[in-house]
Amino acid sequence: MDKKTVVKDLTQVTIRLSGDSGDGMQLSGNLFSTLSAVFGNEIATFPDYPAEIRAPQGTLHGVSGFQVRIGSKNIHTSGDLTDVLIAMNPAAFKVNAHHLKKDSIVIFDTDSFMKRDLEKANFVTNNPFEELGMNSLQLIPVPITTMTKESLKDMDMDNKSVLRSKNMFALGLVCWLFNRPVKIADKLLEQKFMKNQKLVEANIKVLNDGYNYGNNIHLKVSTYRIEAVEHGKGFYTDINGNLATAYGLLAAAEKANVNLLLGSYPITPATDILHELAKRKDFGVKALQMEDEIAGICAALGASYVGNLGVTTTSGPGLALKGEALGLAVMTELPLVVIDVQRGGPSTGLPTKSEQSDLNQALYGRNGESPVAVLAALSPTDCFDSAFWACKIALEHMTPVVLLTDAYIANGSSAWKIPKKEEYPEIKPNYVQNYTGESKWTPYLRNEDTKARYWATPGMANFTHRVGGLEKDSKTGAISSDGENHQLMVETRQAKIDKIANYIPDLEVIGDKDAETLIVGWGGTFGHLLEAYRGIREKGHKVAFTQFKFIAPLPKNTAEVLKKYPRIIVAEQNLGQFANYLNSQIEGLNIHKFNRITGQPFLVWRLIEEFLNIIEEEA
Amino acid sequence: MEKTLDIKAETLIYKPKDYKSENSVRWCPGCGDHAVLNSIHRAMAELNLVPEDTVMVSGIGCSSRLTYYMDTYGLHSIHGRALPIATGMKVANPKLNIWVATGDGDSLAIGGNHFIHAIRRNVDLTIVLFNNKIYGLTKGQFSPTSERGFVAKSAPYGTVEDPFRPAELCFGARGKFFGRAIDVDLKNLTNTLVAASKHKGAAVVEVLQNCVIFNEGIHSKLTDKTWRKENTILLTQGEKMIFGENNDKGIVIDGWDLKSVTIGEDGYTLDDVLVHDATCEDNVLQLKLALMGLEGDKLPVAMGVIRDVEAPTYEQEHEKQIEAVQAKTPKRSFEEFLMSSSTIWEVK
Repeated sequence: MDKKTVVKDLTQVTIRLSGDSGDGMQLSGNLFSTLSAVFGNEIATFPDYPAEIRAPQGTLHGVSGFQVRIGSKNIHTSGDLTDVLIAMNPAAFKVNAHHLKKDSIVIFDTDSFMKRDLEKANFVTNNPFEELGMNSLQLIPVPITTMTKESLKDMDMDNKSVLRSKNMFALGLVCWLFNRPVKIADKLLEQKFMKNQKLVEANIKVLNDGYNYGNNIHLKVSTYRIEAVEHGKGFYTDINGNLATAYGLLAAAEKANVNLLLGSYPITPATDILHELAKRKDFGVKALQMEDEIAGICAALGASYVGNLGVTTTSGPGLALKGEALGLAVMTELPLVVIDVQRGGPSTGLPTKSEQSDLNQALYGRNGESPVAVLAALSPTDCFDSAFWACKIALEHMTPVVLLTDAYIANGSSAWKIPKKEEYPEIKPNYVQNYTGESKWTPYLRNEDTKARYWATPGMANFTHRVGGLEKDSKTGAISSDGENHQLMVETRQAKIDKIANYIPDLEVIGDKDAETLIVGWGGTFGHLLEAYRGIREKGHKVAFTQFKFIAPLPKNTAEVLKKYPRIIVAEQNLGQFANYLNSQIEGLNIHKFNRITGQPFLVWRLIEEFLNIIEEEA
Repeated sequence: MEKTLDIKAETLIYKPKDYKSENSVRWCPGCGDHAVLNSIHRAMAELNLVPEDTVMVSGIGCSSRLTYYMDTYGLHSIHGRALPIATGMKVANPKLNIWVATGDGDSLAIGGNHFIHAIRRNVDLTIVLFNNKIYGLTKGQFSPTSERGFVAKSAPYGTVEDPFRPAELCFGARGKFFGRAIDVDLKNLTNTLVAASKHKGAAVVEVLQNCVIFNEGIHSKLTDKTWRKENTILLTQGEKMIFGENNDKGIVIDGWDLKSVTIGEDGYTLDDVLVHDATCEDNVLQLKLALMGLEGDKLPVAMGVIRDVEAPTYEQEHEKQIEAVQAKTPKRSFEEFLMSSSTIWEVK
C-alpha cells in the first residue's frame, strides 16, 4: 500500500457494483462478498437485477446491480445508502444516484461515459454528476475498458471476451480500495472457470491489473479497512437464502431418514433451489423439472404418498396454480413442503423484486376449510432452519407446510456457521408403526396428542388403503358425505394445525421491559427491523421488537406477549396482511400498520423516522 | 421399509378377488366401467402383482372412482392430475406397480398437458384410458373425443370442434406403447392390460367404453356382435392382419395408404396381407393402423397391442444417474458435504 494513501478504519461500509445486465456485476459482487466473508467480515448482499436477461446496452432499464455491505459486526441488512459505487456506464450511475450519500465514492469507466453513452441514459449535458446536482461526490475516473484491453492484448482473445472481463478490473479496484487480498479471489476464479484454463488466466490477470492500477496511480481517495469479525468458534461459509433452503431440506431428509423428492417448475426467484437439488444426486435426491407448476406439486405429493419427503418450490404465481393440489394434500393429510419465494405481485408483477404479499394466499388460498402450517424465513441463513422446521412439521404432523421466503433473502447472502448434525432437532415421522390402537388400523385414525393420522406407505402388507380428495369417514376411512362426520373432520383438520403450537418454540421479544411500543415483523424483513429497533433505542426511546417465523399456528404465547404492549407497529411489505391476521387471531390489540410495497428492501433510516413519528404522535 | 417383492411373488398366488376392495361399486348398472374393473382384477391376478406393491392412481370422473374398488394402495386425486402424481410415485419408488385410471375428459382435456408429458418422459405406468366420449359425472357434456357435430347438453346445436384421437396424441408424444380394447371384450381387454403392465415405460390402453346413461351405444358399431368382426381387427404380434366374420379379409398396403381387401378377390392373396409388428421402432405404419376406422374410412378399428417398443424409462434413468454420481462420490453425511466446500473458513 502506498504510504500517501490514507487508510480509514470503519465498522461497516456499503458497496454497489452496477452496470449492464451483461456486464458480470453479479459475479464480481459475489466474488467480493465471498472473499470479504473469508477475510472475516460479516456480509449481507442484495443483488438487484432486471427481469430482462440482456436489455439493450447502456439503457436505464438494463441496469443490473449488486450491493454488498461488509462490516465487523451487526450486519443484518445489505445497507440503505451506498458508500462506494462502481458505475460501468452513465445509466448505472443514474439509476443508483438516489442510493448515494453526499460524499460517496464513485468509480466510473470513462470509456463508457462518452456522449453516446450519456444520451442513452437520457443525460442532456456532458457532466452527468452536475446534471443530477451531485457536486460533492468523490469521483474516480478510470478508463476501465481501455485498461482491460491493454491487460489482455497478448492473450489472443476475441474482442467480446476481452470486454466481458471488465468486471474483473472493477473488482480489482474494489479489492485495492478495501484492502482485500487478491489471492483469495484468484482461488475463487479458478474454481469458477475450472473448465476453461484460459479464462481463469485472463480473469486473474485483469483482476490483478485492476488492483495494481489502484495501487500505482495513488488514487486520491481514502481506502478502507474493515476489521475482521469475532465470530463464535467453528467453520463458516457464505450462503444465500435459496441455497440455505436447499440445504435445510437436505439436512431434514437426512435427519428423518427419508428420501427427498422435489417436483418443480422454473420460476424467478425460486429456481436456484431446483438447481441445487438437481445437483444433489450424491444424496440420492430426485429433482424433477415437471411440465408445469401443478405437475410439480403433484409429483411431490405422489412421492409423499409412497413414503418420500415431497417438496415443491415456486413463487407467488406458481403457488396460485398449486392451490388445488395443496388442497388435496390437506385432505389426504400427507407430509408435503411447499416453498414460495415471494416476489412482487399480483400476476407477473415484479418478478425479480421482493415483497411479502403472498401471506394471505398461503393462509387462505384454497377452496373449503383448508388449513396448512405456514412458516416464514427471517434471513438468508435462517432459510436453513426454516426449511428444516417445515420438513419436521410436515413429517411429524402429517400436513402440508408452506414456507414463505422472499426474493431479498433468497438472493442475499451472509456468513453462516456450519451446524453440526446433532444440533438439529430430531424428526420422527408419524409412521403407521406408531399406531397402538386396539381397533384395526384405518387411514384416518389419529395420534391423540397431535391429531396427525398415520403414514402407511405402499410396500407394507396389511395396510393397503385408498385416500383421495373426497371426504372420508373418520373411523372407517371410506368415502362419506355424512354431515356430522364432515363437521368433525373439518374441525379435526384445523385442530391438527392448531396443536402444532405445542411443538414449536415460543415467541421471543427483545428490548425494554417497560416499552410502550412493540415493533412486529415477520419473515425476511428481520434484519431491517432489527437495525431500526436498535436505532430507535440508540436515540433514547424505549421500544421492544419481535419477528414472527411461525405464522400458522402462531406460537403459543403470542397473545400473552402482544397484549403487554399498549402499541404495536406491524411493519410489512404489503398492505397489512399479517396485521389483519393478528387481529383475526387475537382480540384487543392496538395495531399500527406500517406498509411499504416498493419491491425494494426497507430502508432502515426511513423505518426509524416513521416509527418515531408513530411513537411521538401518540405520546 | 425394504420390500421383499420377489419372494412374495414366488410364494403367493393371487386371485382376481384379492384385488377387490370391500367398498360396494356405485357405477350405474350396465356401465362399461364394471367390465373394465373386472378385467383389471383379472389382469393383475394373471400378472400376480403383489397388492401392497401396487398403487392405483386416478383423477376425477366416473372412471376415476375405480381406485376405491381396488384392494391395493390407491390415490383418488384431483381432476386431470393423476399422471404427475403417478410420476412422482414411480420415481420415488420404482419397485411399485403403478396403474392409472383416467377418462377422456380427465386426461385429454384438463389433464392433456400431463398426458403428453408423462408419455414423452416414458414413465413406467400402466395408463387405462376410459374413452366414452362424454362427461358422465357432470351429466352429459361433450368431451375432447366427441365427434364434430355431436349434440350434448353443452352443445345443443352440435359441437364445432374436432375431437382428439388418443392414439394420435400418444404417438405424437413419442409413445412407446399403445393398445386398444372394447369394454365388453373381456379377453382382449385383459390381455392388452397384461401386455401394458409388462411393458417397461408409459403404456396407454384406450378402452372404448359405453356410458349407458349419457352416451348409450356410442361404440355399438364395434361392440355389437352382429358386425364386431367386420368392423374391428385384433392385431397380434407376428401374425397376418386378418379379420371378418369368415376371417377372409386382410389389411394391405395401397400406395401410402392401408386398404381392406378380401383375400382371393381382385388378385389379392394371403401373401399381400401385412404382418403386424408392434415392436417396430418406426411408428408410421402403427399410427395408420391405430387410426383405421375412426372417421369413416371403411377400415376396421384396430384392437390389441398396436405399438410396444422398448426404450429407457424415466424412473430408471433417474436411478442410473444417482448410481453413477454416487459411485464417483464417496458416501458422506450432509455435514461432511458442507465441510468439503471450497469456500469455508474457520474461526478459532
